Amino acid sequence: MFDRDLWREIFQSINMNKTRSLLSGFTVSFAILLFAILFGLGNGLLNTFAEGFVDDANNSIAIWPGTTSEANKGMQAGRRIQFTNDEYNFLKEEYGDKIEFITSRILKNANVSFRGEKNNYPFRAIHPDNIHIEQNKVIDGRYINQSDIDNKTKVTVIGRLVEQDLFLKTTAVGKYININGLQYKVVGIFSDEGGDDEERMVYIPLSTAQQVYGNNDYIDFMYLTYNPEMNSDQALAFGNSITKKLKNRFSIAASDQRAVRVENMAQGTKAVETIELSINILVLVIGFGTLIAGIVGVSNIMIFIVKERTKEIGIRKALGAQPKSIISIILLESILITIIAGFVGLFLGMWVLDLAAPMLEEYFLKDPSVDTSTIVGATITLIIAGAIAGYLPAKKASRIKPIVALRDE
Amino acid sequence: MLKIEKLHKSYPIGDSSLHVLKGIDLSVEEGEMVAIMGSSGSGKSTLLNIIGMLDEADEGSYTLDNVPIKDLTEKKAAVYRNKFLGFIFQSFNLINYKTAVENVALPLYYQGQNRKERIEKAMFHLGKVGLRDWAKHLPNELSGGQKQRVAIARALAANPKLLLADEPTGALDTTTSHEIMEFIQSLNDEGKTILMVTHEEDIAQMCKRIVRLKDGVIMEDTKVTQVRASAHV
Repeated sequence: MFDRDLWREIFQSINMNKTRSLLSGFTVSFAILLFAILFGLGNGLLNTFAEGFVDDANNSIAIWPGTTSEANKGMQAGRRIQFTNDEYNFLKEEYGDKIEFITSRILKNANVSFRGEKNNYPFRAIHPDNIHIEQNKVIDGRYINQSDIDNKTKVTVIGRLVEQDLFLKTTAVGKYININGLQYKVVGIFSDEGGDDEERMVYIPLSTAQQVYGNNDYIDFMYLTYNPEMNSDQALAFGNSITKKLKNRFSIAASDQRAVRVENMAQGTKAVETIELSINILVLVIGFGTLIAGIVGVSNIMIFIVKERTKEIGIRKALGAQPKSIISIILLESILITIIAGFVGLFLGMWVLDLAAPMLEEYFLKDPSVDTSTIVGATITLIIAGAIAGYLPAKKASRIKPIVALRDE
Repeated sequence: MLKIEKLHKSYPIGDSSLHVLKGIDLSVEEGEMVAIMGSSGSGKSTLLNIIGMLDEADEGSYTLDNVPIKDLTEKKAAVYRNKFLGFIFQSFNLINYKTAVENVALPLYYQGQNRKERIEKAMFHLGKVGLRDWAKHLPNELSGGQKQRVAIARALAANPKLLLADEPTGALDTTTSHEIMEFIQSLNDEGKTILMVTHEEDIAQMCKRIVRLKDGVIMEDTKVTQVRASAHV
């Protein structure tokens, strides 16, 4: 099969019939071109979806306390639920590995000033895990850490734009800023791809905030990410389990929708997964349809080639060619034409996508592209396609009787 | 070397069938040069095709070099053809996109010899037919006589026991025919067994034995005094 002489024979034959080979490859090129473009556009669409979730980790769950809407276990409706550190510890203990990262939060507004510059920013008191959940990037200094929590230190990490607003001529790290009347040391600057609002944010340790604002262990809400190994169904079940356990803890009726609210990103993820699946199926169906048309095209022309070469095949048989040698010539020629034509289509498609990418961004298609695994997959598919296209003609060729082929006209 | 007994062959034509060979008995010794003659429809080509294993007989036996030729699979027929037989055709049947030397080397390719060996042997046989300088030419750059000589070189390449020629001079003018016949005679002089179908009396007279076929039976089988082609050139 990988005998050099055989390949020499095949190349000689393709070379002799350039136009014919070119024509037979055209449909395959076109099929793969179409497939590559479709695939790229599909990918672009999916990338756009993915980007919609780039602000926070897309496996996050937010848990908010609310007010009961139903009376339960002797308690009246309208009771306010208050989360404390106990709930935070409870979730951590109860779910262990299922929770990837978790933070409690206290939300406030803060008047922040440094020297003459003054502004108002949203302010969050957090646990160190917040960095992963918010997908913050520390660009200078450090983030809030566990020892800040343990020691209730008066430190703060500020957004990149906060530094820009307040520190006109100097850097912020190491300086003290005034937050709602108290001095905090700036220990770090972060950036966030979620937009300007996320970078106009001031973070302090949760324990510090609890001491300063009320001297209690209250928290406003909890934000966690689930173990990314869970699929979206498992994640949805996980979210439901949290809701149920917390309702139990606060003696809330199971049907009460307002007392504990769980916002599970897995719902969105599941929707995206469904869309992803439909797009992929669509692309595959159309791609395969076109490819089959291509195969039929190559097959057709190979049959024609065999007909045209009947006499030559007869001569070869008279000289001692065995059926398998005739089959491999036709089959390999078909595979070779299909592969070459397929790659022409593939690279043409990639080139078109490359050219069109900047324009497509306006239509919400981000980074449409075809990756290596697709190319490997395409190669295998093409070999199989070529073999299918060549099978019938090769079979036909091997059945040619030399006596019929050599009969003088 | 070749022995045929009670050979029958018929071809179906519509509902009836045409009985082409009606019990042929023929034996050929090594070193013979036999012409098979007959008008068209006499069955001479069918006989040659069966001897050449391009076709199979319905009845009768055929032994070549002590090997019974029967129940051939395609693969076995290919191997036997390659090993025992060299073909020379009226219309040369060279592969038109291959050079002279590649054409000659083709039977050796099917024997599985490597390229270097093949080209070397092919060049030797081309030299024998006097076309060494034309090795790199394509068939359409050669004259009819040259083409037939390339075909003869190809038939000789695999060193077959038996050369089968189907009207080898049918497409050539008289002078060229005589040149080709002279060459075929010299091959016979060297000991090659040759079987040739022709309908030209003068060509047949250049063989050593003439078998005349009519309506599927042998009418006459005579040894003749060979006319040397060189006398005509």
